[in-house]
Order: sequence, then C-alpha cells, then structure tokens
Amino acid sequence: MACYGVAGWLLLIGAIGIVRSRHLVHTVVSLSVAQAGTYVLLLGIGYQDRAGAPIVVQDQRRPVVDPMVQAMTLTDIVVSATITALLLGLTIQISKRHGTVDPDELRALRG
Amino acid sequence: MTLRARTWLCAAGALGVAVLLVTAFLRMPEFGGTLHLYRDLALPAAIARATPNLVSSVNFDLRALDTLGEETIVAAAVVGTLSLLQPSPAERERIEPQRGYVMPVVKLAGYLMLPVTLLLGIDVVVHGHLTPGGGFQGGVVLATGWHLLYISGSYPALKRLRPIDWCEYAEAAATGLYVVAGLAGLVIGGAFLANVLPKGEFGSLLSAGTVPVLSVLIGIEVAAGLVVLLARFLGQGLIREEDP
Repeated sequence: MACYGVAGWLLLIGAIGIVRSRHLVHTVVSLSVAQAGTYVLLLGIGYQDRAGAPIVVQDQRRPVVDPMVQAMTLTDIVVSATITALLLGLTIQISKRHGTVDPDELRALRG
Repeated sequence: MTLRARTWLCAAGALGVAVLLVTAFLRMPEFGGTLHLYRDLALPAAIARATPNLVSSVNFDLRALDTLGEETIVAAAVVGTLSLLQPSPAERERIEPQRGYVMPVVKLAGYLMLPVTLLLGIDVVVHGHLTPGGGFQGGVVLATGWHLLYISGSYPALKRLRPIDWCEYAEAAATGLYVVAGLAGLVIGGAFLANVLPKGEFGSLLSAGTVPVLSVLIGIEVAAGLVVLLARFLGQGLIREEDP
C-alpha cells in the first residue's frame, strides 16, 4: 500500500512543481518527476512477494513478477525520454527568441 | 493569474486527485499478492516460443505492434528535435569546439571504458531475448557509451567518429525494416508481426523466432536516434554564450 502512496505522491508533487515553476528546465524536470510516479505505480502493480525476475527457464516453478507492467514501464520511459528531449529543445528555442526562461514572462507569441 | 492564486487552485486540484487516487488504490488487488492475470497468460506463451526474457517476449512478440508505435514515437521525437534545434546560418559558423581542461584520469577512464561500454551495449542488444535487457536498453548504452569520447575531452574525435548522416539513415532503415518484418509475418503467418521464424532451442542465441531480430532493429534505431539527438544538443551547447 505504501508503494501506491509513493506513486501518488510523486505524481502530485511533480504536478505542483510544474505549477509553481519559475524556470522552464525546472518545469520539464517536474514533468519527469510526475511521470516517475507512473513507473512506481506500474511496478507496484506487478510486484509479488517472494517472486523472481521475469527471466524464466523451460519448466519454471518459482513465480515471477508480472512482465506486462514492466514492458509498459519501458514504454513509459521511452515516452518520457522523448518528451523531455522535445521540451528541452523547445526551451532552447524559447530562450533564444525571448531571452527568458521564466514561464510567467512569456506573454506574447513571437515568430 | 498570480502565483499565489495559481498555487491555491493547484492545491485544491491536487487534493481532489489525491482523494480519487486513494479511493482507487483501496479497491486495487492486494500489494504483493498472487493475482497477476497477464503474467499467467504471458508465461506459457513465452515458454512456448522459447523466449526466457518475459519482458522481451511481451515487447517483441505478444505486443510487438505497441513496440512499433513506441519506435515511431522515438523517430518522431528525433525528427522534431532536429527541426527545433536547427542552427541558423549565423549560428552555424560559430559552432566550434571549445578547449577546456580535462583531468588526465578522467581521460584515461573514458578511453578505457569506451570499448567495454560498446561491447556491453552490443551484448545487451544481441542477448535481449535471453537475459535482462533488449533493444531499448542496449541502444541507450551504445549511444551514451559513444559519448564517453566527449567526456574524455576529445570532441573532434567524437565528431569524426560520429557519422550523423549514417545514423539518420540507420534510424530510418531500422524503423522501416521493423514494418517489413511485420509484413513478412502477415504474409507467412497470417497476422501482422506474427512470430514466424523457427523457434530454435530454448536458451540458445538463435532462438525465439523474430524476437531477437526485432530487438536488434530497435537497438539500432534507438542508438542511432540518441546519437543524433545528443549531437544536436551538444551542437547547441557549443554556441558560445557571449554571442547574441
């Protein structure tokens, strides 16, 4: 149960970080923190007490943890990494065009 | 909206989400319990197809179509970042390596670790169906290991040994070949991305049918894509600060 609590906490603290952010890189990192909550949640769902890693032998007797959620976590990490790359690229362009990385100072669109 | 108002609004929303999450968590199956329906289905399927690594079996066999989507996300992100970080003509002239001081021991460690890391990356990709790992993980190890050259302070060497054009081609080719492998499954096996190759002996390198093939394709795609991404970010970092 504590595991689910940690997942929810990470999601919420990441979201609060995005809202209170004063620097675009901080915003991007906060998004990564929020996404880390989903990793913890997925791995927590798949966890089983005294079960092994999902690398099996032909006549597997010992239970293993759920590989499906681990594969979904992998998907999650890929999405997170690519989104982070895109957002950091955007941040670089914003910093060049507007000369600021404070989201509150970004009022007008500029080509 | 002021920061204070925004914070209060966010706190109210966070409280609502927290209540929703707690009510959902209370109705979830017990943590660490034995009820895992997908595991019970994935385990016999993986053993029937001679894939010891269940996660690879899920990624490259049972849910291989999802992995095609993931791969497309990586390709799209690389294309997006390439267009976002395109240096303007004025900037292009300023991109030049800066000479900084690198401690000799860091240099030595970088050069020593470079071949080890590259070998490890290839090993993780190739044995993705047998041991922990797979195309995504091995690809990241390969791409970051390559950049030990940068850590060791030899950006010119990295630039020479980093064929960006070829990495872009390799990324596109690996993505395309994944679709070709899927179509081959459609023609031979009657389903897109069906596992049609011989299953082989459980636990040997040439086994598990199409799983290692798709894993290696993903490994190439991720490694090439990351090299291109990092090259663009490094290129941005080398534009000198004092220039407008």
